[in-house]
Amino acid sequence: MDFELNEEQRLLQESVGRMLAGAYDPDRRKRYASEPGGFSRAIWHTYAELGLLGLPFEEKHGGIGGGAVETMIVMESFGRVLALDPYLASVVLSGGFIRLGGGDVVQSTILPRIASGEMLMAFAHAERQSRYDLADIAMTARKDGSHVVLDGEKTLVLGGDSADQLIVSARLSGARRDSSGIGLFLVGAAADGVTRRGYPTIDGRRAAEIAFSGVRVAADAVIGEPGNAFPLIEHIADHAIAALCAEAVGAMQALHDNTVEYLKTRKQFGVPIGNFQVLQHRAAEMLIALEQARSMALFAAMMADDADPAARRQAMSAAKVQIGRSGRFIGQQAIQLHGGIGMTMDYSAGHYFKRLTAIDTMFGDADHHLARLARSGGLAAA
Amino acid sequence: MDLRFTPEEIAFRDEARAFMQKALPAPIRDKMIEGRRLVKDDLVTWQRILNAKGWAVPHWPVQWGGAGWSAVELYLFRDEMQQAPAPEPLPFGVNMVGPVIIAFGNDAQKKRFLPRIANLDDWWCQGFSEPEAGSDLAAVKTTARRGGDHYIVNGQKTWTTLAQYADWIFCLVRTDPSAKKQQGISFLLIDMKTPGVTVRPIQTFDGGHEINEVFFDDVRVPAENLVGEENKGWDYAKFLLGNERSGIARIGISKARLRRLKELAALATSGDKPLIADERFRMKIAAIEVELKALEMTQLRVLSRERNGHDSKPDPASSILKLKGSELQQAISELLLEVAGPYALPDQMPHDEAERWNEPPVGPEWAATLAPHYFNWRKASIYGGSNEIQKNIIAKAILGL
Ligand SMILES: Cc1cc2nc3c(=O)[nH]c(=O)nc-3n(C[C@H](O)[C@H](O)[C@H](O)COP(=O)(O)OP(=O)(O)OC[C@H]3O[C@@H](n4cnc5c(N)ncnc54)[C@H](O)[C@@H]3O)c2cc1C
Repeated sequence: MDFELNEEQRLLQESVGRMLAGAYDPDRRKRYASEPGGFSRAIWHTYAELGLLGLPFEEKHGGIGGGAVETMIVMESFGRVLALDPYLASVVLSGGFIRLGGGDVVQSTILPRIASGEMLMAFAHAERQSRYDLADIAMTARKDGSHVVLDGEKTLVLGGDSADQLIVSARLSGARRDSSGIGLFLVGAAADGVTRRGYPTIDGRRAAEIAFSGVRVAADAVIGEPGNAFPLIEHIADHAIAALCAEAVGAMQALHDNTVEYLKTRKQFGVPIGNFQVLQHRAAEMLIALEQARSMALFAAMMADDADPAARRQAMSAAKVQIGRSGRFIGQQAIQLHGGIGMTMDYSAGHYFKRLTAIDTMFGDADHHLARLARSGGLAAA
Repeated sequence: MDLRFTPEEIAFRDEARAFMQKALPAPIRDKMIEGRRLVKDDLVTWQRILNAKGWAVPHWPVQWGGAGWSAVELYLFRDEMQQAPAPEPLPFGVNMVGPVIIAFGNDAQKKRFLPRIANLDDWWCQGFSEPEAGSDLAAVKTTARRGGDHYIVNGQKTWTTLAQYADWIFCLVRTDPSAKKQQGISFLLIDMKTPGVTVRPIQTFDGGHEINEVFFDDVRVPAENLVGEENKGWDYAKFLLGNERSGIARIGISKARLRRLKELAALATSGDKPLIADERFRMKIAAIEVELKALEMTQLRVLSRERNGHDSKPDPASSILKLKGSELQQAISELLLEVAGPYALPDQMPHDEAERWNEPPVGPEWAATLAPHYFNWRKASIYGGSNEIQKNIIAKAILGL
């Protein structure tokens, strides 16, 4: 085991960090958020030029063959600046499905286009009733000759309103919450029978409600094993969790840095408020929460492709618990230690807090994962 | 010691409850339950209903509209009002400046301001905090220079709640720049329409607009608007803040939010069961209920001690009420956020208070306000003297450390 980044990883971290520091500041972020889709296409193209959009893909698909550690490095950098771009939706989730579940033709037609920034994708999976249960899928997929016909509604599709192509889960057989019987399908966002409604999310990004009514997809548009896609869904959801953990760590780090800086500069009673021991201890507790979170983000990256899916899932649950708790603590305390200014929209702390709150609600909150982990026997038993 | 409410107190509570049910307009009640933003009119309407009944300022002396109730009756009344749930009467008038004028103002001021406060004819705001004077409130820099029969006020206040609607602002201003910090401060009433007063909105990060900056640029204030004595403002401010703290426990509001929490947890499903069927979730709610009951008993103990008149100063235990009360409000808002689950994500709370949803909600409509509510309530541990400052007060004033 070696916690030091190697030379290439360090270069990646530096170049991404430098580029983002130049591209993002609070004013520009606000401006990007009001562009169509809620992010800057120009920055998206810069990501493409740096190879970030093909980071996890093989070279033959326009990628650079990075692994979970590389994704972690990039996501953490995004977290620091609260990047708005639909990287998780397009590259980690959709790219992940195609990379691990797409046929040769699908891979070679789509992955290079994601990598080049020409194509945006989103994963349409959650449904109104499903809460945090990945298997809770009511949307149907009916075979019709060589086609499949999709009917149903998807909710909270991250980046769903700017996506060109969607990866959609639907049920070929089984009861609503069965893990078997689920398939994944590639659907054009503009296909007949697809309607979507985009909206802003609390973290300044965008998502969409998407309805599918008699949408016909060809047999070659299937991702993974039809009717048995659930293990793949879990695997890619785990990639997303690992990526979100890294992003959250970046956000927590930036928020903590900022808070410590504020303690040093804000004066009350004639002294910097950082002189008050209770605030020193609070900042120390925040640092402990941050370091615990960072360690679990590393653990998540380490386990993201573990050969044992049960161990992998437990690891992701554990990481998501820690991230959720640390994020909540650091977010709340950052606001508290800033006093009134922390409550304002014009100041950055609230935006970090909102993103950390949003991350907790994605792919299961801390409570959900704690229960899951406990049900599975807990980590020590693993 | 008799730990039960008397039959008279119970009868009183029932009467208050019946009144709330009958008199609170349904649209206002629904907004309160759903956590939608209130408009100015909602507060004015409700205050005038209360005033017509003679219950607008029950805690004031009878001469000025008070109801002559005991401390327990006052508590029961507030609790019923909060549980209804009815809007809280705008605190800046009835709980802050009103009692200060009653205690320290002159007759002319009492006659001029008190009836208009009770009827919410005048909307008051609180001009205490400044950019450099938050926790260290005595560091206020806004100056009031006496010139004949008026003061000239210059400076800036900030975080001023609902100043956008205000007719009047009560301010801590520095009248003696050479005196020691606490000693050169006066308590001044300023008409917001006076030339030189400017209000600039501050948006909170949940998207709402409830706080503002207020600027004073050579504002001429008649000297008759000084409350009490010049340079004694700090004493009045301490009196006011003690009152503010006990009002801030808001136990009835927490009860109403807990009721809402349970209703929503019965609507939200997790798997094939409502969330409320999940024992872990019920335990989280119960843990808060335990703390809230304890706080309610503490509140009653404080009231009983005040009634038995050990002294007329606010009890230092009011810091406990503020601290615990705000923590519980925040804890409840966290559980409400958890009930929303993934539907905390859409940003669909109308930011403008007059605005209604004009698109169908994403997910259940009830979920839309829960994340903004959670974010917004972070303020409760900051204002009214931050929770860190409350602990300092407990350590010093109660523990003598
Ligand atoms: C939503 C909202 C509404 C408000 N409405 C009003 C209003 O209507 N009128 C008005 O006058 N004011 C209002 N306030 C202001 C409020 O009273 C101040 O924000 C509060 O007093 C804290 O001051 P500050 O914001 O300057 O923070 P600071 O005093 O700078 O505090 C920053 C942090 O340092 C901590 N700290 C400071 N001193 C100490 C110490 N000695 N020991 C330990 N910790 C310390 C604080 O607890 C806080 O965590 C409002 C504030 C908010 C957020």
